[in-house]
Amino acid sequence: MALVSVKNLSRVFDVSKPWLNRVIEREPKAFLTAVSEVDFEVEPQTTYALVGESGSGKSTIGRMLVGLLNPSEGNVEIEGVDLANEKDAAKVDAIRSDIQMIFQDPYASLNPRWRVRDIIVEPVAARGGKTDGLAERLLEQVGLSVKDAGKFPHEFSGGQRQRICIARALASEPRLIVCDEPTSALDVSVQSQVLNLMSDLKDNFGLTYVLITHDLTVVQHMADRIGVLYLGRLVEEGAPDELFERPKHPYTQMLLEAAPRMDGFGREVAPPEGEIPDPINPPPGCAFHPRCPLAGDICRQERPEMRRIGTTRVACHMAEG
Amino acid sequence: MAEPVLSIRNLSVEIPTRHGILKPVDGVTYDIAAGEILGIVGESGAGKSMAGNAVIGLLSPPAHVSAGEIWLNGERIDNLKGDAMRRLRGKEIGMVFQDPLTSLNPLLRIGDQLVETMLTHLPISKSEAEKRAVAALEEVGIPGAAKRVNSYPHEFSGGMRQRVVIALALCAEPSLVIADEPTTALDVSVQAQIIALLKRLCRERGTAVMLITHDMGVIAEAADRVAVMYAGRLAELGPVRDVITAPEHPYTHGLMASTPLASRGKSRLHQIPGAMPRLDAVPDGCAFNPRCPRVADRCRQAPAPTVDGNAAACWFPLQHEEAS
Repeated sequence: MALVSVKNLSRVFDVSKPWLNRVIEREPKAFLTAVSEVDFEVEPQTTYALVGESGSGKSTIGRMLVGLLNPSEGNVEIEGVDLANEKDAAKVDAIRSDIQMIFQDPYASLNPRWRVRDIIVEPVAARGGKTDGLAERLLEQVGLSVKDAGKFPHEFSGGQRQRICIARALASEPRLIVCDEPTSALDVSVQSQVLNLMSDLKDNFGLTYVLITHDLTVVQHMADRIGVLYLGRLVEEGAPDELFERPKHPYTQMLLEAAPRMDGFGREVAPPEGEIPDPINPPPGCAFHPRCPLAGDICRQERPEMRRIGTTRVACHMAEG
Repeated sequence: MAEPVLSIRNLSVEIPTRHGILKPVDGVTYDIAAGEILGIVGESGAGKSMAGNAVIGLLSPPAHVSAGEIWLNGERIDNLKGDAMRRLRGKEIGMVFQDPLTSLNPLLRIGDQLVETMLTHLPISKSEAEKRAVAALEEVGIPGAAKRVNSYPHEFSGGMRQRVVIALALCAEPSLVIADEPTTALDVSVQAQIIALLKRLCRERGTAVMLITHDMGVIAEAADRVAVMYAGRLAELGPVRDVITAPEHPYTHGLMASTPLASRGKSRLHQIPGAMPRLDAVPDGCAFNPRCPRVADRCRQAPAPTVDGNAAACWFPLQHEEAS
């Protein structure tokens, strides 16, 4: 059974001006659809990557997965339990301890006034669990020293702080870790250390990752399955080899073509045209049609359904196997 | 060879602090020719932006140039005083920063910002400057430029704002543009647009470009030559293809190997042990020696030979069979 099952997930934010301005300027309420009808499943002990540019809704999905936001429509089921709607408190509580999150900025996600030991054991201590020697053991597992437990976050570099965040995420022995841009704030050599650590921990503890990132090289290296998002919609989903070798959706093709390559010396590509449209007034039909080279009449009118082509799923009227 | 546009000779920057003198840039030497894009790469704290700020005279005190020379078009500029430097900035050297929102004045229409820059530096009339402002915006690919000159910066998206900044940097026709992480705040597809734009404009005008970034992919695609910096020093300098495919310095090699690549599959990434030294604790000898797999006694005692021309600053550079 899938560990995470996301069905028809949508999230709408009210971005209206204050009431008085709306009355004076005779403006209706404005809504921003950050996530729109997204479906996917994550198998246990795999890494599922969500990629997309800014405004594609990838972080919003991540926050709904861990329960920091409630869905407007649809649901997120983790081990068969819908966190937002489940009434049985004991069940919800049990699932919650199975989910952890790692954030992008290791400077903002550690309390500067707490010692590393207290930060790491907090998820366990908050539930009244036993914490003797826990921080020390976890610090060794993430490649830091036992005596670091008594230090404060400011004594560490960015990479080391991200290791502390990982240790904290591991403390409650979770099954699922949602990683929101875990290495975007880190330098390349530090990024490789953190990615290697994440791979090792996944094998050792049987973890499942949902990896949210904009960096295609990281995705290609880490993911077992990739979902590509555009303007809050899932446009293509597939295994990395298939997706990178034979991208089916025109947006995925554009994204891969635009990504700079280490072997692309003096490469001259026609850069992609246009920009991501305004999510408050998304284009009708397929959201990508104003920038799409293949767009036809149907693309301007009907929103494409997710279709299965081979092992990938694509939301495009024009895509062919 | 023609006279280089920018020539940096043995440049050092020092910051005196309570805990001693820090050297964020230490004995760096490189040239940039007209029409050439020199990529400067390195991790955070390697001194790549500091070197760029030294050239344009924007070091914030107490940081100052402590040794070396900076030559622009055959004139020495590191000892220029406030006014003379201000005339140079914008006129001879254009600057593109990482964050396009903070480099534009939010209270002025972008047309006015362009006109102001041109009137300051070029001997032209206001109406001529206004005409040129529209042309400049058209050149950087802003649709409906004639109307958009009257817009404020907040009315543009991030990519469009960066285009405006590039138009601003180029409108006084400088001979050198310093682009400090110009695409780091942008999405992949917009990044590709901005890099293509920079490359095209510089080729057409023969502007020299110093492209500072941490993204090896961007360097590979845009730069002609690349300088790799480590702990304030130049680790390696050479044509971009040689440095990326056949790096001679162990640090460059480690950096390349730790970048995830399609061809490497899912195997473990290469790790460089440890981290870049803090500026108050740069080791004796070669700055990279505590992390280097090829370290020998000599590396701990004598600083590595300085880079001049195309070479690696290393006592024991990696040998490649296909060295070109």
